[in-house]
Amino acid sequence: MSSILAQRRQKLLAMKALRSGPHVPVYAQEDCPGCGQPVERRALSGHRFVCPLCGYHHPVGAYYRLSLVLDKGTFRELDANLVSGDPLNFPGYQAKLEGARRRIGTGEGVVTALGRIGGVKAAVGALDSRFFMGSMSAALGEKVTRLIELAGKSRLPLILFSASGGARMQEGILSLMQMAKTAAALEQFSRRGGLYISVLTHPTTGGVTASFASLGDIMLAEPGALIGFAGPRVIEQTIGEKLPEGFQSAEYLLEHGFLDAIVPRQELRPALIRLLALHGYGKGGESHG
Amino acid sequence: MANRDLTPAQRVALARNPDRPGTAEFIQNLFTDFFEQRGDRLCADDGSICGGIARFHGRPVTVLGHRKGRTLEEHVAFHFGMPAPEGYRKAQRLLTQAEKFRRPVITFIDTPGAYPGLEAEARGQGEAIARSLALMSSLTVPVVCVVTGEGGSGGALALGVGNRVLMLENAVYSVLSPEGFASILWKDASRAEEACGVMKLTAADLLELGIIDGVVPEPEGGAHLAPQVLYRELDAALTRELDALAKLSPPALAAGRYKKFRKMGEHALRKERP
Repeated sequence: MSSILAQRRQKLLAMKALRSGPHVPVYAQEDCPGCGQPVERRALSGHRFVCPLCGYHHPVGAYYRLSLVLDKGTFRELDANLVSGDPLNFPGYQAKLEGARRRIGTGEGVVTALGRIGGVKAAVGALDSRFFMGSMSAALGEKVTRLIELAGKSRLPLILFSASGGARMQEGILSLMQMAKTAAALEQFSRRGGLYISVLTHPTTGGVTASFASLGDIMLAEPGALIGFAGPRVIEQTIGEKLPEGFQSAEYLLEHGFLDAIVPRQELRPALIRLLALHGYGKGGESHG
Repeated sequence: MANRDLTPAQRVALARNPDRPGTAEFIQNLFTDFFEQRGDRLCADDGSICGGIARFHGRPVTVLGHRKGRTLEEHVAFHFGMPAPEGYRKAQRLLTQAEKFRRPVITFIDTPGAYPGLEAEARGQGEAIARSLALMSSLTVPVVCVVTGEGGSGGALALGVGNRVLMLENAVYSVLSPEGFASILWKDASRAEEACGVMKLTAADLLELGIIDGVVPEPEGGAHLAPQVLYRELDAALTRELDALAKLSPPALAAGRYKKFRKMGEHALRKERP
């Protein structure tokens, strides 16, 4: 009984997050960061928060992100109540965490779930760049690792959407160790034949890039996403010169051999369905018209 | 000042002391018959990671570690010990051979971090580190890692996924340099000393947090003042760890290492209603 209520509550929260929408402030109209043209918020939300004029992909929250690829009504959140403690007793961290939880409606910087994509059951997760910049905390690493392990045990395909500023400074070395933890879990998953599709979204940097985000069997990214290990500012300071236009963009990574494809948000769900079928998941496994 | 009275910031300074012995000196003084293996077989040889085959008390091992360099030319060539992707891919090549030829692995960690440069990004710095982590986690030979100076960020961890992870007494190990930490969190790199205090980056702190397994004592005032004393301590510690790991089966070594890192941050979690 209580689990039904919990599920209903989760759905409600997910719907709330969906309605309140993603990263963009609630103005009726705003200038697109891509083309600078004024775009109505309503027009944006009708376009999955992709600018109808220039195709700029606005960052979106984790619940909304998953709702764009999952079959309706199949979202079942995992470990929603698993949150970061304050392992280093870092001044001010606890209060900031509580604020972020209230404001964003997720317990941590990642939402993990089971769901179906085109009828195929999958383990899915999405980082939320609004929550401490999607930075790697012990709880985020744990939720991702549990998802990988569950996918391995249940023989499910794994799909992760990354969006991260890097390490969670307030958790210090424990943040760093999550890189090893998640990479190790993925290595086990991979050796058992699991399929992992990694989707990089704006921005994916630091410790997340240098661990689970880069280890996909299939590497996808959204157009224009910033993807890298070191941030552009740090690199400019180190080498003492301006970086070329388009450096660390998804297009740049594709050109340098680190992505299989750049997939616009509108085409992502069909692309995932096709990839799952090509790996033998679902009815279309054997042949696909 | 006695080692035990040093502040975290003083230890950071010691860990960065240019006279502090590093990978090259450890290889020279603790190992015999060293054959350096160079190159990643893809595009280059990155000298900021030095590695190869050697004997440790007669037994063949794969040894590798960060190298900052001793001369100005070396500093420049090795980016002060900040590896490019080629360095990590060379390390992967050496680790894969260690697995193939059943050699125990010893790594020495001493880097401010992976090199943040244009070409390093173009050649996939993040991917190189991620692959190293995944590969190291799955090896079925014994892996002992020692943080000997600065253990900075993912660039350090990429050589740090060991069955046993040790630290020299005055070494530091952290998610980012104190300067980087202060600049990200407080937008003020000059507050680095304050950052040292809150980051929990000393060997004693990390032992308490369960991140490392042991501390190798240094001579009073730091390793550079009496390197021979340090070599003896380090030799004894490595012998102890390798002997203990030699008793484990290959699957037990991989499983043990997985479990060790699987638990990292366990006590940093809380459950509550969303």
